[in-house]
Amino acid sequence: MLEVVNLQCTRGDRCLFSGIGFTVGEGELLYLYGHNGSGKTTLMRTLCGLVAPTDGEVCWKDLPIRKQRDEYAAELLYLGHKNGLKDDLTGVENLLVACRLAGVSVKEDKAWSVLERMGLRGHEDLPARVLSQGQQKRVALARLLLSEAPLWVLDEPFVGLDVAAVALLEAVLAEHVARGGMVVLTTHQEVALTSGKVKKLRLGWKEDGCV
Amino acid sequence: MFSAFRIIVARDLLLAMRRRSDVLTTLFFFVIVVSLFPLGIGPELNTLRLIAPGVFWVAALLASMLALEKLFFVDYQDGSLEQMLLAPQPLSVLVLGKVLAHWLVTGLPLVLLSPLLGLQYDLSTATIAVMMFTLLIGTPALSLIGAIGAALTLGIRGGGVLVSLLVLPLYIPVLIFGAGAVEAEASGLGGAGHLSMLGAILLLSALAAPLATAAALRISAE
Repeated sequence: MLEVVNLQCTRGDRCLFSGIGFTVGEGELLYLYGHNGSGKTTLMRTLCGLVAPTDGEVCWKDLPIRKQRDEYAAELLYLGHKNGLKDDLTGVENLLVACRLAGVSVKEDKAWSVLERMGLRGHEDLPARVLSQGQQKRVALARLLLSEAPLWVLDEPFVGLDVAAVALLEAVLAEHVARGGMVVLTTHQEVALTSGKVKKLRLGWKEDGCV
Repeated sequence: MFSAFRIIVARDLLLAMRRRSDVLTTLFFFVIVVSLFPLGIGPELNTLRLIAPGVFWVAALLASMLALEKLFFVDYQDGSLEQMLLAPQPLSVLVLGKVLAHWLVTGLPLVLLSPLLGLQYDLSTATIAVMMFTLLIGTPALSLIGAIGAALTLGIRGGGVLVSLLVLPLYIPVLIFGAGAVEAEASGLGGAGHLSMLGAILLLSALAAPLATAAALRISAE
């Protein structure tokens, strides 16, 4: 279980958010929303341990994550704004390197079939730099299909995806939640997530619909 | 842990193979800087023999400097650095892997090419051998120490100049003992003491630099 207690983050002398607290248990999905600049990405990065909070604590299985960095990293999958793809590597190579680095051993034919499921048939062995933005996102998201991590932290995973890919990602998320996995995600578009328990958390001071 | 090290080394070597121009720039820079001195000074063999160790080592320092900028920057830009920070292996191991791959493509070619360049300076075979050996144990230390500076200046505008100011002073001991070993050997004093010091610097930086670099990367990526 992921537990966040009284989390605060300040950048310079600007307080991005404070007093944030929530839990994400098995089979739950937390949906973070808020206006631009409300601190969603910073909160996501804090959850992963990339940013140190100014106050409060992020706990995984009742232990602060800063005390169990490697153990926590093995159970976490984070996909940020940047896809983490190498321009000069092919889709398959990128996927293999990313998975192996995260401690998941993957056979090459498995990677090919996963990329095919992500709708990249015929593009698996092209260098990432010639793929379109949506296709690059698909390669990055292919990691979800191979991941054994129970906690997924996804920052804007739907950006740049076409309708078919959005549906596919929704199915993958639902599958993960149904297995007892946990998901924290931000998105600006309405996404139908039916299975499992969905929690919502709004960041920022603006009401919905205000500019 | 060892598999993560291997993955990083293999990935970076593959990337270097796909983008050879980056590797060749460093090598050609070294070749050109070293070759400029005999052209400028003219065929005065005694002078050339005298300045050779210093010229080789300063050129190696600058070439290593030139290559540093790219060490973490591309990873930082495309987001793979974030994934490295979140890998379940100690970051220092991944850093060591990256530095090793970096040295194999930017440092080792200089070492292998140095005998050929040594001919321009009328160096004896024995001196060339010592020079190669000092470069072989000295350039990895340069890459290791430079990695700290590269990690600290990551994401800073104008980081390229700053990294030179940070790292070049730290390179001085390597320069002194590297060039000193060759001079001592050439003058018949024997360079064993200098070589031991150079070896000690390499060992110390191999132990401490990855830890310092890892800490610097965590700060820079925040």
